[in-house]
Amino acid sequence: MGFFQTNLPYILAGISVGGQYALIAIGYTLVYGILRLINFAHGDIFMTAGFMMVYLSASLPLWLSIPLVILLTVLLGFLVERIAYKPLRKAPRMSIMISAIGVSYLIQNCAWYVTSGLAKQFPVIPWISDSVTVFSATTKVVTILTPVFTLGLVAALVLLIRHTKIGMAMRAVSRDFETSQLMGIKINSVISTTFIIGSFLAAVGSILYFTNYTTVTPTAGSMPGLKAFVAAVFGGIGSIPGAVLGAFLIGICENIIKGLGWTTFSDAFTFALLIVILIARPTGLFGEKSMDKV
Amino acid sequence: MKMKNKIITAVVLIMALFVLLLALERILPPSSMLFVVLKKGAIYALVAVSMNLLNGFTGLFSLGQAGFMLIGAYTYAILTIPMEARGMVYQYFDGGIVPLALPVILAIPLAGLVTAIFAYLIGLPVLRLKSDYLAIATLGFAEIIRAILQWDKLGPITNGSNLLKLYPVFTSVIFPFAVTGVCIAIIVLLINSSYGRAFKAIREDETAAEAMGINLAHHKQLSFTISSFFAGIGGALLAMYQTTVQASAFRATMTYEILLIVVIGGIGSVTGSCISSFLFIACSEWWLRFLDNTIFIGNFQVPLLGPGFRKVVFSVIVMIIVLFYSRGIMGTKELSLEGLYQFLRKRSEKKKKGDVPA
Repeated sequence: MGFFQTNLPYILAGISVGGQYALIAIGYTLVYGILRLINFAHGDIFMTAGFMMVYLSASLPLWLSIPLVILLTVLLGFLVERIAYKPLRKAPRMSIMISAIGVSYLIQNCAWYVTSGLAKQFPVIPWISDSVTVFSATTKVVTILTPVFTLGLVAALVLLIRHTKIGMAMRAVSRDFETSQLMGIKINSVISTTFIIGSFLAAVGSILYFTNYTTVTPTAGSMPGLKAFVAAVFGGIGSIPGAVLGAFLIGICENIIKGLGWTTFSDAFTFALLIVILIARPTGLFGEKSMDKV
Repeated sequence: MKMKNKIITAVVLIMALFVLLLALERILPPSSMLFVVLKKGAIYALVAVSMNLLNGFTGLFSLGQAGFMLIGAYTYAILTIPMEARGMVYQYFDGGIVPLALPVILAIPLAGLVTAIFAYLIGLPVLRLKSDYLAIATLGFAEIIRAILQWDKLGPITNGSNLLKLYPVFTSVIFPFAVTGVCIAIIVLLINSSYGRAFKAIREDETAAEAMGINLAHHKQLSFTISSFFAGIGGALLAMYQTTVQASAFRATMTYEILLIVVIGGIGSVTGSCISSFLFIACSEWWLRFLDNTIFIGNFQVPLLGPGFRKVVFSVIVMIIVLFYSRGIMGTKELSLEGLYQFLRKRSEKKKKGDVPA
């Protein structure tokens, strides 16, 4: 009980950040499931959403700027796919990954140019930035709200994938790219939908994440992005519940490690976990057995 | 006889290059941007070629380069800080616990060697993975290395998260050129040996290569270790160039930049990597600098220009190359005197026939 008492703030923070990682991780896992591409730019799209929020909320009321941020982020994700990945669909896998790295480099440099490399203060969103006390630990409302929100969105997404036509198409494409094309599925629109869903969730995740961390910098997206990817691998890439579970686990472990005073290693832990998983169980927790990961 | 001629021409050309560099150092002021480009370009050329050995010639997509450079840089710095300066550098750790200071000439190969040992150990588990999983795992290891070197408990050796400084550095542009030249020559010899052919076979088709009797695990491990050895030396040179070194600077972005240099030069071309690293450094440090300043033509302020715009233009160029010229400058070809001569001769022949309008 004593352990629980002292570590409660860290556990709460972990659950919260885990939920935010989960929202990003879904973007990775969906894209990887379909294109077999680690979308290195996803973390930067997440970061861009943060900056859009900073700039839009400066001149617009919140009820308008939040939907607008989500819309613009979705548009950005869509455009990145169309401009940087679509022309390379027939190219070797390495070149599309290089393209993803190039996009990430471009977005970061643009963000640096727009902000002059300065950290920007994220706007305070009423109510979810308020403080609240849970079992004697003080935290923000967003901490409690994030897991609820995340689970709700994930449930909606799972329903979408199980029960709608586009969901069925997505499942088919991720199972076999070429055959589904032969069956008359419009590959390009399925891929675009995937990026739209991924960017939408990243935008929501971004608003929650930066409400917690309060400042946005041009490189703020890369670490959460990589961690979310690790979460996706941990859960078995292509599996949504796996990604969510992995994200919560990583979020919690990371914060407990911080709580124990090993802050230097909180990032390293994530990658150590990745390497252990890749070597011991490359398909992840819920991943399907598949061809050529190892 | 022909072989002998080639060697003589090569030696003469290398001599000429060094004479030119010496002459430049006499003529131009030492603060000239050209020297920055030459020094940094030479260092990046070495690192890019070492990455190309792995990514381009062996087909192992590794993103651990920054981590290995970091090990090299730290090894060099830790081993060469003079005893009398240690008290100052390790001011929070009572002068550190490393009891000796080695001469530069010993420390540089040692930097490579230590990096290679770490790479060997990392390679044991990691090289079983393929393509993007290998990429992300090596990226992960680079992050872990960075975290470990910043760890307080290792402070007496690594100085924690503080700067390492006051170690011997180079001032002449000759030094990085000489070291890079020797290292790249060794890599080229390796690529042209039977090992190099085995690497290329693995790149083209692992299954077929294995069927031809190539030991996959052994050769991958070899390529990974050797590549890291030279990345470590590159890191040591970078530490010398910067005069101070700090673990937090060796982020994934550094690896991405080196990867982009390799891509621009052509994946699988040594000369391509060299050319593109000089171009890359020249563009980002020198030629595009004007984009960062606000310029007035008369009373008209040229729009968009401002701090950071250079990087934006630069990354757009990189994206264009990645998307539309995915073969890069050289593709998988090499720049050679003979090739250049053939090219010119063909061109002049065509000109005689009137195929090419001047």
